[in-house]
Amino acid sequence: MTRWRAIGIAGTLLALSACATPATTPADTGAGAPTRGTLTVLAATSVRDSFARLGAHFERDHPGWSVTFSFGPSSGLVAQLVAGAPADILATASTTTMDTAVTASVVATPTVFARNAMTIVVPGDNPGRVDSLDDLADPQVSVAVCDPAVPCGLAARQVFARAGIAVTPITQERDVAAVLTKVSLGEVDAGIVYVTDARLAPGTVTDIPIPDADNATTDYAIAVARASENPHLADEFAQFIHSDAAQRVLRDAGFAPPG
Amino acid sequence: MVLSQALSTARRRSVARARRGRAPWQLRVPATVAAIFLILPLLALVIRAPWRALPSLLGDPLVGEALRLSLLCATTAAGLSALFGIPLAWLLARSNGSVATVIRALVTIPLVLPPVVGGVALLSAFGRRGLLGRPVDELFGIALPFTPLGVIVAETFVAMPFLVLTVEGAFRTLDDGYAEAAATLGAGPWFAFRRVVVPLLAPALMAGTVLAWARALGEFGATITFAGNSPGRTQTMPLAVYLAMERDPDAAVALSLILLLVSIVVLVALRGRWLTGLGGR
Repeated sequence: MTRWRAIGIAGTLLALSACATPATTPADTGAGAPTRGTLTVLAATSVRDSFARLGAHFERDHPGWSVTFSFGPSSGLVAQLVAGAPADILATASTTTMDTAVTASVVATPTVFARNAMTIVVPGDNPGRVDSLDDLADPQVSVAVCDPAVPCGLAARQVFARAGIAVTPITQERDVAAVLTKVSLGEVDAGIVYVTDARLAPGTVTDIPIPDADNATTDYAIAVARASENPHLADEFAQFIHSDAAQRVLRDAGFAPPG
Repeated sequence: MVLSQALSTARRRSVARARRGRAPWQLRVPATVAAIFLILPLLALVIRAPWRALPSLLGDPLVGEALRLSLLCATTAAGLSALFGIPLAWLLARSNGSVATVIRALVTIPLVLPPVVGGVALLSAFGRRGLLGRPVDELFGIALPFTPLGVIVAETFVAMPFLVLTVEGAFRTLDDGYAEAAATLGAGPWFAFRRVVVPLLAPALMAGTVLAWARALGEFGATITFAGNSPGRTQTMPLAVYLAMERDPDAAVALSLILLLVSIVVLVALRGRWLTGLGGR
């Protein structure tokens, strides 16, 4: 990694004069860092809207570069990276998923850039008359959560455990979007999703906040992929995500600052 | 009519020729490529499979439950597809009007619809707030989503078009002469259908049903969207495989192998029992 970084810095000095080839040529061929190309970011689905805006922002600041995103569940992204998917940046919705990428040595040292918490969502007309966590324990109230195999499912379980309630979900969905679909179509009386997702949901969904003491949070981490062909720029992107401007965009989307 | 007879004669002759002589290389090369293309990924899956994990997975009650549910729902879905799809295919094969054309296009839409969208469509129709689902829920208190019945509905929705397309093609190639001969001998249309058309096309009907069964067995998107994922209730093998992929990719591969083995066993058994006529007739 240090080697990459050194080349990256040298590359910046040369960047203006060097006639580097596009991203397909690795930086260590001696031509210096390329001045144009594509930065590929694998990111958790929950940062989709924020990152799309931030990507456009980054492109404006770096003419010649384009940022492409591939959004998906964090564990899937790590699996893709381990399988050799060409990517420069990995942003996951939990530090534990990021740790699996670190253990597999596919990314450099990660940093935490945002925090998300859980909330209850109910259909607009609140058919189950839910107004607190305790109501979810009522067997008459149908509840959708994520499957425990994905982070949002683990977080939902944590919330129930902290609140000391026993909830039998009617369905364990594969991701937050699927939970929201069930809630917005009124197929279930309540769901547990991330605060940021509830904010994105159509107006047909109402959110009922979970008290901090019962809530579960997850930290979002970002790291440069070891296989990145433009590690310097990838580093710059990761730093940009920590910048005030980027953090404002994330705050607007409902993320809390890293704790 | 004359053309179709000529075609079927020509086909029989070419079949006979192909059996006697070697297939030309122009066919053998792409055929080999096709076979390798289809088989290689399966082989790769078998090679990377964690065979040692298999026994403990097979002993897992949740896996057994998912497998049982998969077989039960896929078989019911294939049965329902046959029960309702074969008559639909027959009607479509006999109609050429613009209405039939539109209906034919519409009923095959589930083939191209991304299954997840199919699931949302099903929720909009049969869900608790759906077009039909709401009155049914209010009158009878029956809601399909999140029940094994919902799994069957989702699988039938996705699988039936395969059967309709296959069987309609077979109905179209059938010589009308047989049914007409039966009619001149005094058979009513329903009798002629049951005793003449169905036995003649049995291999095609069976092939269509097996195709529907296979599609239903592997169904994922519409099922998880419409019926949700609840272990022991609506979690079929493909859902279990998908979620295992999140947690433990090795277990996911092992689970898909189990599904693969079971379906191969069933297909081979069916071929021996029912489909021998396909090649031999």
